[in-house]
Amino acid sequence: MKKGYKGIVLAAMTVASVAALVACGTKSSGAKFGLITLHDENSTYDANFIDGFKKACDAKKVEAKVTTGINEDNGCYEAAANLVDSGCKGVFADSFGHEAFIKKAAEEFPEVNFGHATGTSSKFANISNFHNAFASIYQGRYLAGVVAGMKLQSMIDAKTVTAGADGNYKLGYIGAYTYAEVISGYTSWYLGVKSIVSNVTMDVTFTGSWYDEVKEKNGANTLIDGGAVIVSQHADSMGAPSACEAKGVPNVSYNGSTAAKCPNTFLVSSRINWQPYFELMIDNTLAGKSYDTDYCGSFADGMVELTDLGTACAPGTAEKVAEVKAALIAGTTHVFDTSKFTVTVVPADADGKNGKNTAATVDADGHLTAYAADIDGDYAPDANVNVVTNGHFDESNASKYRSAPYFDIQIDGINLLNVAF
Amino acid sequence: MAHENKREPLFHIVKRMDIKPGAKVGIKVLSIFIGLLIAAIFVVALSPKSNNFFGFFGSMASGVFSTPRRFWKYLLEAALLLGVSIALVPAFKMKFWNLGGNGQILMGCLGTCVVMFYLGGKLPDPILWILMLVAAVAFAGIWAVIPALFKAFFKTNESLFTLMLNYIAAILVGYTISSWYPKGTGSMTPLTNGQLPIINNTPFGKCFLPIVLFVFITTAVALYLKYSKHGYELSVVGESENTARYIGINVKWVTIRTVLFSGILCGLVGFVLSGAINYMMSTNMDSNMGFTGIMVAWLSHFSPIVMVFISLFIAFITKGMSQVNEDFGFTDENLSSVITGIIFFLLIASEFFVSYKIIWRADAQKVVDKIAFPFVWVGKKLSPVFEKIGNFFTGLKLKLTKGGK
Repeated sequence: MKKGYKGIVLAAMTVASVAALVACGTKSSGAKFGLITLHDENSTYDANFIDGFKKACDAKKVEAKVTTGINEDNGCYEAAANLVDSGCKGVFADSFGHEAFIKKAAEEFPEVNFGHATGTSSKFANISNFHNAFASIYQGRYLAGVVAGMKLQSMIDAKTVTAGADGNYKLGYIGAYTYAEVISGYTSWYLGVKSIVSNVTMDVTFTGSWYDEVKEKNGANTLIDGGAVIVSQHADSMGAPSACEAKGVPNVSYNGSTAAKCPNTFLVSSRINWQPYFELMIDNTLAGKSYDTDYCGSFADGMVELTDLGTACAPGTAEKVAEVKAALIAGTTHVFDTSKFTVTVVPADADGKNGKNTAATVDADGHLTAYAADIDGDYAPDANVNVVTNGHFDESNASKYRSAPYFDIQIDGINLLNVAF
Repeated sequence: MAHENKREPLFHIVKRMDIKPGAKVGIKVLSIFIGLLIAAIFVVALSPKSNNFFGFFGSMASGVFSTPRRFWKYLLEAALLLGVSIALVPAFKMKFWNLGGNGQILMGCLGTCVVMFYLGGKLPDPILWILMLVAAVAFAGIWAVIPALFKAFFKTNESLFTLMLNYIAAILVGYTISSWYPKGTGSMTPLTNGQLPIINNTPFGKCFLPIVLFVFITTAVALYLKYSKHGYELSVVGESENTARYIGINVKWVTIRTVLFSGILCGLVGFVLSGAINYMMSTNMDSNMGFTGIMVAWLSHFSPIVMVFISLFIAFITKGMSQVNEDFGFTDENLSSVITGIIFFLLIASEFFVSYKIIWRADAQKVVDKIAFPFVWVGKKLSPVFEKIGNFFTGLKLKLTKGGK
């Protein structure tokens, strides 16, 4: 009787050891690279990084080490140090608030290259292994706005939407935080729509979080109830797209297609494809070469992309997108063409409060002529900087200013329902 | 007669009247082992990378032991958890269910950071340190004493009250950060003034003092509970308020005093988190230790010595699992939460088998015997070891209780 057990145990042990041997054979060797993400793959924003990172590591035959769920606090430094302990030659973090801690790690581990998305300080930090990277996603957003504009025009032609009392059609946008990256994003999307349908206004609501499904859903419903006929968002959950799907309102997404879950309302999504940048980081690190501490991707290097168009898009959209994209690349069309929007400047009162767009200089018609953007990341205008050149606002110019967006003007026609920092 | 036709039930459960210390240890070790085994099978089956079965245990160990930084960070994490657990014990012994550990830790962080932010650079650091400590203790103490006052005077439910205060504390921290950094994304950069001293800039040097602090606090609280009049009073209040009143204990005062003490100790954890480790605060700096600490306190039956081991074990699982995630290529946190949950669940479930015994129907017993054979065999082989560990704990307990009540 006892023999039977021994047989089973022996068999189990044999299977386990064979499995172990087989598994050992396929283990990858070589260098390791680390990625730190704010949330996990359930967030569209982080999934976009994780996806690009894994692809880049596979392409370059290095091992990918991913640490998810790292908050924007000192835990980010600990995670970075831990990845260095794992043997990573390069470490990249994906969230804006990670920056100070990645910088701290870069100072401590000079032999490892550190990178950070959307950050603002590498230009001034003078730490050769501390890198910022972003992409001129405002161009992608503008293009996504063109797609939405085409849809809106088709809805107007089909008389399924009506203009408000002021004669304008209303758009809706859910943003995470009221700061430059988000402001630049919704303004470029709005201007993209406006380039097709001139009489549009937009309501924007903020959630104060990068990922809050309930708030994003409620935000979308508020906007739709307030008359928004097309909605877009800069927040990472499925909250807004699914709310739009439920109400049949066309939606423009960010950082990934939501076509699978929202087949009837998904129009398009602009996204940053991080794979080219990760490959650049891996190549240079392995070669022992130093590379730009601030890098801005574009259409040209494949970092700015649009996903496939959704089935809800208006006919002729693809052709229009190709045309506008060519013009953006050629530089004949500028997203922030100052003749296309107006700005209202309200000087600050005696306490330095209640001002609006105080860093802007405008002409008699309200068109922007000069703007002292905040480039050094201290949230105050830099007096000696003017980012308006040749009739447009020069956004995300990494060679001159920085890759992270600095367009934080509240232009006319966009109405903020609330603010959140 | 109907009952005569009825078959004997498959099994019935009896309370164990007397369990050998060795068997107690054996049951716990076995359940942890089964938990790890299930976790390993889960991880290997679901991993997108082809790591082998034993790699799971390798990763667990390397997450904790492979470099000095990992080792010291592991000890620090265990020490912090121990600090929170021991903070909860006085209240729990009094049967005051303080579920507000998270909030009290956060208030400690807030107090510390307020001093660092407003007075940093204006006063010499040693004075700052004292003020930080005072503020942390005061903030957290107030946070704990509010529900205690309500409980003492209005008989409100302390579980709900303390639980809700957690959310208010987190929102207060978030609000303070956004008022300090009005145009950011709600995160704070490390403060440079008022950083508590470290031995040197190595992982050991950064972690050692906080570890020593919490070991000291744990010892002090254990002695306080065991030998002081206060410790006796609060356990009487916990057993029966009427008895306490009858023998002349001021129940209201003891409640308030004990909960205040509990909150102050949580505040100390916040003080260390913000002043000695992170030099900043965030709305989730408590890392949920207020809740994990409850598990530690409960599983150890409030015995400080056992608490040390449970803290070390839980920190091992958390640190180890995060390394497993990295090594096995998991990018979905839900998965690792489930696996950690399985391990903890089995550890908690072992409590049941320590207190109760399952008696199987005779025919079922034969099947159970067959299935359990390998475990029983291993258990028998290891029983002298378990016996020794069990006797060690019993001996310690006796030593500690001697001279007490």
